[in-house]
Amino acid sequence: MTSAAPRPVALVGGRVICPASGIDRIANVYLDDRKVAGIGDAEPPSQAQVIDASGLVVAPGIVDACVFRAHAAAAQSGGITRVVLMPDQSPPLDEPALVAYAERLGKPGLWVNPLAAATRGLEGRELAEIGLAREAGAVGVATGRAAIGDARVMHRLLAYARAFGLVVVSHAEDAALTAGAVATEGETATRLGLAAAPAFAEALAIARDCRLAEATGAALHMRQVTTAEGLAALRAAQARGVNVTAGVTPAHLFLNDLSVSGFRSFARLSPPLRDERDRLATLEGVRDGSIAILCSGHDPQSQDDKRQPFAEARAGMAGAETLLALGLGLVRDGVIDLPRLIAMLTLNPARRFGLVAGTLQLAAPADVVVFDDAAPWRIEGRAFQGPGNTPFDGMPTAGRVRMTIKGGEVVWRV
Amino acid sequence: MVRAPSHPALADGAHPFPHDHLLGIAPLKPWEIAFLLDEAEQWAELNRAGAAQRSAKHDGRLAGLTQINAFFENSTRTLLSFEIAGKRLGADVVNLGVSGSSVKKGETLLDTATTLNAMRPDVIVIRHGASGAVQLISEKVDCPVLNAGDGRHEHPTQALLDALTIRRRKGRIAGLKVAICGDILHSRVARSNFLLLAGQGAEVRAVAPPTLLPADVEALGVTAFTDMDAGLKDADVVMMLRLQTERMEGAYVPSTREYFRFYGLTEARLGRAAGDVLVMHPGPMNRGVEIDGAIADDIARSAVTEQVEMGVAVRMACLDVLTRRRRGVAGWADAGGLQWV
Repeated sequence: MTSAAPRPVALVGGRVICPASGIDRIANVYLDDRKVAGIGDAEPPSQAQVIDASGLVVAPGIVDACVFRAHAAAAQSGGITRVVLMPDQSPPLDEPALVAYAERLGKPGLWVNPLAAATRGLEGRELAEIGLAREAGAVGVATGRAAIGDARVMHRLLAYARAFGLVVVSHAEDAALTAGAVATEGETATRLGLAAAPAFAEALAIARDCRLAEATGAALHMRQVTTAEGLAALRAAQARGVNVTAGVTPAHLFLNDLSVSGFRSFARLSPPLRDERDRLATLEGVRDGSIAILCSGHDPQSQDDKRQPFAEARAGMAGAETLLALGLGLVRDGVIDLPRLIAMLTLNPARRFGLVAGTLQLAAPADVVVFDDAAPWRIEGRAFQGPGNTPFDGMPTAGRVRMTIKGGEVVWRV
Repeated sequence: MVRAPSHPALADGAHPFPHDHLLGIAPLKPWEIAFLLDEAEQWAELNRAGAAQRSAKHDGRLAGLTQINAFFENSTRTLLSFEIAGKRLGADVVNLGVSGSSVKKGETLLDTATTLNAMRPDVIVIRHGASGAVQLISEKVDCPVLNAGDGRHEHPTQALLDALTIRRRKGRIAGLKVAICGDILHSRVARSNFLLLAGQGAEVRAVAPPTLLPADVEALGVTAFTDMDAGLKDADVVMMLRLQTERMEGAYVPSTREYFRFYGLTEARLGRAAGDVLVMHPGPMNRGVEIDGAIADDIARSAVTEQVEMGVAVRMACLDVLTRRRRGVAGWADAGGLQWV
């Protein structure tokens, strides 16, 4: 890591959007000493490196919660300056030393805020040392790729995590109902002969976890909510004051289960893609604010792990490179406006995980993304920085990151 | 002997089978299915005549071609049927079984496919336990691939042989009431038969305990029944499916005896079907579990052995048709502007 502060940077003439300070106007952003040193109309100081941002959007660097792989180049090319990392690593982050190691993974170009494994080995049976994990840098704890099947373990986890002020990130699929399933029950799974679980497995998990969070006063984050029934359970809990938030990835907002037709394993995700009715309900959940966090779910798999018969292929997709462009699709479709999208990508996840990030307020870390919200391009997995398995491969989209700045240093520029 | 094609589209000059592979019934047009059935008739006759006259049941049109039967899942009758079909057409037939395969040694499916392809086969017949595995292999090899069963997905030659059996016994498929009964959830035979028979105009019923009925099965063109007596009412054809032992004893149904009591094909239950009902089973049968042994043995009503016989004929037809393009058969070598899929 370089110790000397980089040369000051002035981003001039862009549309500056900072939901934390309510700014959305053409302005200059001045970065100095790795911090935001000013936003306004003043001429940049003479020593600054002046970058013309006219016609572009200048926003806080994206805080991506939650990802399974912290791949710096992939993240930076997608405008992501910080990731909240799931504990599903090899080995799982169930030891304080592993958490501390994960926290240093991406520096300086990408900051990684790890979530500690909620249970030893992520097996859902015994509590892991989450207090020590917090001291080692964990910003929360997570159940991993699956829910904790045993309600008693989940109850104790929430009670214990609350005492340490740690958010619990849970996977919204009933473990028993979804055991062995690789698709959502319905016509597509039946035609393909795939083992499937009913979509309401999500609502069961959300209802249970929310009730347990209510009983314990814990902070709960459902990593992905993707069904109409799941959203109903979520809204009911939020309405009665349960401290629960929810996230979603673009895949579940723009694709339905027809995408797995022809056994396309790139569309094998967890939770699996849902039917069209649930997809539309999930969009509505974003529109009405029930879902406040948009994340990439970045979980690329190697060709060897994906080029398998559907049920044997690993679930997961590369998401970092396409998160912003697909998110902008929500703005183009009129689901939310641009400041809301920026909040879902920056401020909301930063607040949920207690991070000093996601804002351009004075003295905040100089983490910035500069993007063209209209530049058209075609998503091509081959051109990605990391493994390129994406169910959006070949799809035209719009919105390109022009520059990513982390701690005052330009880490990506095209 | 030249027959009139059994589908008007064929008479109108539609290309009868513009496909590189036979991966399932789903991609096929109704007349393409009718064409395969028409083609199979000659082989049914050759096999029968050969047996009756103790003469050669042989045709050399696949001479010099290599057929690999790659079975990644145990099979006796289907493997044997494909082997006999290939040999009767003169192909050099090689079998690769699970025990002899590198799959057991951790080789990936695509590596296995690449290896098979390097042997320069002219047609590969594949059975695999995972839905979609056969399609995946077909994308990696340079020769026609024939699906002999992939997971719960499809088993197209079984549906074709069932259709041929029905057509020969009943003279038609359209308008018949066909009840397919048993473990539909895990059955590729059921899926292929639903698509084929409904596509040929039959009224198809899916009869199963609720735990063995897949979601939205009606989307495949069938009517679902959980009451066997209602499902069998006036049926012209009753097709029983095998219930695997590991799915009994509490997992999907409480016990064998309870299953037989409510979903087994008994004389009394069969009385609800049409008087000239045809009973079918893809085999191997669990006598006393899904079917009463006496019904299976009643040659007036049971088509079980004829199904096996038609299996060879249908597979001969499929092997012949799929290799026509590479054999340069007139009208096949040139795609004629058609999109081959």
